[in-house]
Amino acid sequence: MNELQLKVLELLKEDARRDADLIATLLGAPAEEVKQAIAELEHNHIIVKYATIVNWSKVDDEKVTALIEVQITPERGRGFEGIAERIYLYPEVKSVYLMSGAYDLLVEIEGKNLKEVASFVSNKLSPIDAVLSTKTNFILKKYKQDGIIFEEHEGDDRLMISP
Amino acid sequence: MIKEEEELVRTKVKRQAMTDYLTPSVQNIKPSGIRRFFDLVNTRKDVITLGVGEPDFITPWHVREAAVYSLERGKTQYTSNAGLPALREAIGQYLNDQFQTPYDPASEILVTVGGSEAIDLALRALIVPGDEILIPEPCYISYSPITALGGGVPVGIETFAEEKFKLKAESLQAAITPRSKVLILCYPSNPTGGIMTYEDWLPIAKVVEDNDLIVISDEIYAELTYGTKHCSFSAMPGMRDRTILVSGFSKAFAMTGWRLGYACGHPDLIAAMLKIHQYTVMCAPAMAQYAGVEALTRGLEEKDRMVDAYNQRRRLVVKGFRDIGLECHEPEGAFYAFPSVKATGLTSEKFAERLLEEGGVAAVPGDVFGLGGEGHLRCSYATSVSNLAEALDRIGGFVHKLKQG
Repeated sequence: MNELQLKVLELLKEDARRDADLIATLLGAPAEEVKQAIAELEHNHIIVKYATIVNWSKVDDEKVTALIEVQITPERGRGFEGIAERIYLYPEVKSVYLMSGAYDLLVEIEGKNLKEVASFVSNKLSPIDAVLSTKTNFILKKYKQDGIIFEEHEGDDRLMISP
Repeated sequence: MIKEEEELVRTKVKRQAMTDYLTPSVQNIKPSGIRRFFDLVNTRKDVITLGVGEPDFITPWHVREAAVYSLERGKTQYTSNAGLPALREAIGQYLNDQFQTPYDPASEILVTVGGSEAIDLALRALIVPGDEILIPEPCYISYSPITALGGGVPVGIETFAEEKFKLKAESLQAAITPRSKVLILCYPSNPTGGIMTYEDWLPIAKVVEDNDLIVISDEIYAELTYGTKHCSFSAMPGMRDRTILVSGFSKAFAMTGWRLGYACGHPDLIAAMLKIHQYTVMCAPAMAQYAGVEALTRGLEEKDRMVDAYNQRRRLVVKGFRDIGLECHEPEGAFYAFPSVKATGLTSEKFAERLLEEGGVAAVPGDVFGLGGEGHLRCSYATSVSNLAEALDRIGGFVHKLKQG
């Protein structure tokens, strides 16, 4: 990864809708090089997807999210990979992290309501042979995600004109 | 006999209006052109402003938190007049590390209420009525009025876009008279974004030396240079004792509202300024000083991040103005672009007014910054990329409409 690619990533992380021309201007780099850098980042799946961060709590049809701490027995030869895959292939599962500490996987699950999440845990997750235990933590409110504060005070408190 | 006459005059002449109580020097201060434009802008809605002379970043949280913590611990008393020893130590260390300008925290550094107070103190300490104060222009708007308040005579020295608004030794030399005493420098420059390098300073230092001038160097934008590292005038050979270096936290650390600055210089000069400071303001606000220590000791990375962001926006606006067809010299410091609007045939003021009315963008007409400012527009790029893009769009549309006739 070269320096230009890193800078491009930073700018896209702030706002994924910025096009290559704008990024080139901001960085003082030739537009062609920036286009090339973005293409490579996409090709190498460093840029995985351009998605939108949504504050679902403002959407009427609200969702329930839970973080589930999962303890598992690793498989011989494959470690945690196989079990992790069996878990993350479920569409209800939004993210899966391998963790150090008291448990092994942190699984984020999204459902329409509490019951749906609970049923997923008891019917899908817990029955997996390698799963030793689960601990479900429901998220009550999201304040900040991926470095972005949800209810940040918007607007500019500065005087319109100052010397 | 003369005393009696004076007494007579005092009792006889009844003052007609409250303003008759005011000193002539205060009465003579003209309201700033910026103020007038500010009032005009405030009558409008949906305006994108490029008129703001302060960062759009909020003071980094760890710096704010340091001030909160100082309050929690009850650090609410006066500090020493010159400022918290810990802050002066930090300033000394920082100036030496960043700009190779060493100052003794005990005798050569004074913490002030913003850089503005430091400028006021320096001028008050130096001006004998009638002294001429040399001021390269276009420049920040307060040097002339403060000079006049002290009975000094401001002498503007015009600088030019073709020379990137650098101060030239010949222009400085030409402005010097036997009454010249102080040269006020402000590089990186508000409003032009111009900077001075070591090579640019060399001939200036010679003129200063030859004419026995003293220099007030307002380096509040020192951290905001792009490409070249700021060269302090005080770091020039032989200039340290002739220079009062003024700076502060406002621009580099996004701390405008804290009002925290400092002056550094020869112990005799700092002692004189301290005398005025202790009787007029006692000390800078304590909580701001604790925040200042945090900013200097742990805030440099955050500062670099902000400077990076300004640099990106700088490229965007300069390209934007050039694409629109307005000449724009490359600003290498501060956060202002100073494009020329001469091509439109309008004066700065008229252009700014019509841009506000018809284009919905506020920017400060260049003429308010003194000689050489007419025909230009000060555009602050301390605002978000999306705001800048929208502003440039609107300015482009407005200029296009002007050209259509």
